[in-house]
Amino acid sequence: MSLDNPIRSSGELEDLHGVLVERRSEDHLCISICTGTGCVVGGAESVVDAFVEVISEMGLEEKIEVKPTGCHGFCEMGPLVTMTPSGYFYPQVHARDAREIVEKTLLNNEVVEKLLYHDPQTDEAIAREADVPFYKHQKRIILAENGHLNPTDIEDYISIGGYKGLAHVLDEMNPDEVITCVIDSGLAGRGGAGFPTGKKWEICQKQPSEPKYLVCNADEGDPGAYMDRSILEGNPHRVIEGMCIGAFAIGASQGFIYVRHEYPLAVERITLAIEDARTAGLLGEDIMGSGLNFDLKVVRGAGAFVCGEESALLKSLEGLKGEPKQRPPFPVEKGFQNKPTVINNVETWANVPHIINNGPEWFVGFGTEGSAGTKIFSLVGKVNNTGLVEVPMGVTIREIVFDIGGGIPNGKEFKAVQTGGPAGGCLPTSMLDLPVDFHALQEAGTIMGSGGLIVMDEDTCMVDVARYFTKFLEEESCGKCYSCRKGTQRMRELLDDICEGRGTPGHLALLEELGHAVNTASMCGLGQNAANPMLSTLRHFRDEYEAHINEHRCSAGVCTELIQYTILEEFCDGCAACSKVCPSECIVGEKDSLHTIITEDCIKCGSCLNVCTRGAVLITSGGGV
Amino acid sequence: MAASDASSASTVEEITPPPLDMNEVDRILEQHHSDSTELIAILLDIQDALGYLPIPALRHISEQLEFPINEIYGIVTFYKHFKLTPPPKHQFTVCTGTACHVRGAVQVFREFERQLNLDTTICNTTPDMECGLETVNCIGACALGPVVIVDGEFKGQVKQTRVSSMIKKATRSSGGDTE
Ligand SMILES: Cc1cc2nc3c(=O)[nH]c(=O)nc-3n(C[C@H](O)[C@H](O)[C@H](O)COP(=O)(O)O)c2cc1C
Ligand code: FES
Ligand code: FES
Repeated sequence: MSLDNPIRSSGELEDLHGVLVERRSEDHLCISICTGTGCVVGGAESVVDAFVEVISEMGLEEKIEVKPTGCHGFCEMGPLVTMTPSGYFYPQVHARDAREIVEKTLLNNEVVEKLLYHDPQTDEAIAREADVPFYKHQKRIILAENGHLNPTDIEDYISIGGYKGLAHVLDEMNPDEVITCVIDSGLAGRGGAGFPTGKKWEICQKQPSEPKYLVCNADEGDPGAYMDRSILEGNPHRVIEGMCIGAFAIGASQGFIYVRHEYPLAVERITLAIEDARTAGLLGEDIMGSGLNFDLKVVRGAGAFVCGEESALLKSLEGLKGEPKQRPPFPVEKGFQNKPTVINNVETWANVPHIINNGPEWFVGFGTEGSAGTKIFSLVGKVNNTGLVEVPMGVTIREIVFDIGGGIPNGKEFKAVQTGGPAGGCLPTSMLDLPVDFHALQEAGTIMGSGGLIVMDEDTCMVDVARYFTKFLEEESCGKCYSCRKGTQRMRELLDDICEGRGTPGHLALLEELGHAVNTASMCGLGQNAANPMLSTLRHFRDEYEAHINEHRCSAGVCTELIQYTILEEFCDGCAACSKVCPSECIVGEKDSLHTIITEDCIKCGSCLNVCTRGAVLITSGGGV
Repeated sequence: MAASDASSASTVEEITPPPLDMNEVDRILEQHHSDSTELIAILLDIQDALGYLPIPALRHISEQLEFPINEIYGIVTFYKHFKLTPPPKHQFTVCTGTACHVRGAVQVFREFERQLNLDTTICNTTPDMECGLETVNCIGACALGPVVIVDGEFKGQVKQTRVSSMIKKATRSSGGDTE
């Protein structure tokens, strides 16, 4: 039995599942190669080709399966290769390593020492994926599947129990029971505000107006977050199944997946998955013979952050400019074409089948009161292990950054972590033990957002960070509200002043007043949170602002106008590397003798700092280092 | 928003190379059943096919869809991805998303600016249209930041010192000279 014919009942799905599981269990060797975006940058495609070639040369196609998968999460170490059933794992694999891995590890269960992963902190070699600290401290439910699934193969998804949740719902539940189940699980939106998902569905279901629509928000505008991308690329059928369950509960017959065009692979994978699901009778008309009709369409965004906001997204879906609308009415009342519409984030949808399969109590078992389940975070910036991490709600920032992330590289000091994207806030060292749940983050002056966690160290200037986010929001403001359009511009100008040495003590009072005005007077979530990056850094790092203003000192050495480059006499050996690269020819000195920088001519490009191998180039600011 | 494109629209038509395959535009319109709610998808597909959105093509779409040209222009300048000027031969895109920013994307961007002699008045390309420089807000490869896309190919962990060889490598293939 295979998928040549559409599946007509839950019984047929179960039969197919049985056949697929059996086919795989006879001591099946499998090598999973991550072909997520991160690993592809590292050359994963040629690694896949090399394995396929070596295995066919050796005539082992029957014995060893080569499986290209979605993102495993540990992207910085890519391309990643994992082997089942042994559980061995190699990071940063090259095409040339393929033969050795097949001969030694796959056929003889022997590790290749030189390819092993080394813990950056202890330098210990680790052979099994499950023992790597980065993975060990996580609780991976959604992400775990990414490592074992071929996202372009619907049978692979069915073999791990895919579409079972949908079959169960269609066979044994009524829409109200599904909604109750989601309400009881405590699932809250993973895209920003954390609104209870079941409640949202219930409100929509109760609307008298027809038809009803569903939307999957995959705009993922937070720059620095990419979990939605990885789910869509690595496990697209989970999202489709979640949406089908939602369609049954709410009574919708059409859904949309709104993906940003910057994610071409995600668009390709989800489009293919939709076609395959349709062919398999799991999407479209009369799904699994149950009478449920539901179809999906992929719609691409065109590069506007504000389109992640739900009312703007709806405008964009209709082919218009993505300008937000006044709410209420909320989309659940009047959404796409003024009809009731449920909008949920990718990760929210992906959680739904797991909740149906395992029951709401199981989901509540992870996390804290008011924040159930796990959350995927995008752990990036100045941290040793960058990538996607999935943890139960309520773990502390310290656990994420230090236990999973392995701390800060190059022995630097941790300074802050930014959560919630451009509309979120920064948390200082004193808040490292804060648990990540919706409530605790809000109390601390930031938000969960979609799950971006950007780690900053002592070399990050917090005033510059505030300016960066404010500028981002200025550019992305749709311009409809005066307070947002002009307010973000004025805040950015004031921050420019401070970063460029024109700040006065009055600037800070003005920024605070302006920030509150922008947040209060704007219409949509963009403007209402636009001052948060500035206000939160001002709250926790006021001394940095004051140093910029009063002493013209940027202690991180970032704000170009406030720094000087100098060469330290005791370290310079006169190799002349710096004077060769200096674009403004402002470094003078004879070969083999001390070089000096003519400060007036220096454009502060940092080229000399980058080429000096002796650490003789130093950044100073306001009289300090 | 793509404000720089908007302000330069009058000059845009002058530099647009004349031969324009309107059949391609018609084919894409047909694919989308000339449905104006599909406008964004239509524009994305046309830009993919032609590399940019020539003004005559926009006029043509407006006539075919019976949709006001000013609205189309509004949409094109609202979304950052749309371009009204032809693409350069080699496009360098520096990610300036947060993760890349804290890892030094600004230095990388400035280095590109310094190395390429850009004409910023029209479209941030070199005067001979060989090389162009643009930014993007995150492409979802944040763990590898700073990320640069060179002619569609992703490069991770880019350092300021690698910029000049990246430019040389990209332009060598076409025999162009930018320095
Ligand atoms: C400026 C702005 C940008 C947003 N961007 C996103 C986004 O990229 N992805 C997302 O899922 N939600 C985003 N949201 C939140 C959505 O408006 C909406 O609340 C969410 O998609 C609802 O889904 P959820 O309940 O599953 O979280 C954004 C909100 C604002 C105000
Ligand atoms: S892309 Fe391979 S681990 Fe993320
Ligand atoms: S911030 Fe540059 S790829 Fe995400």
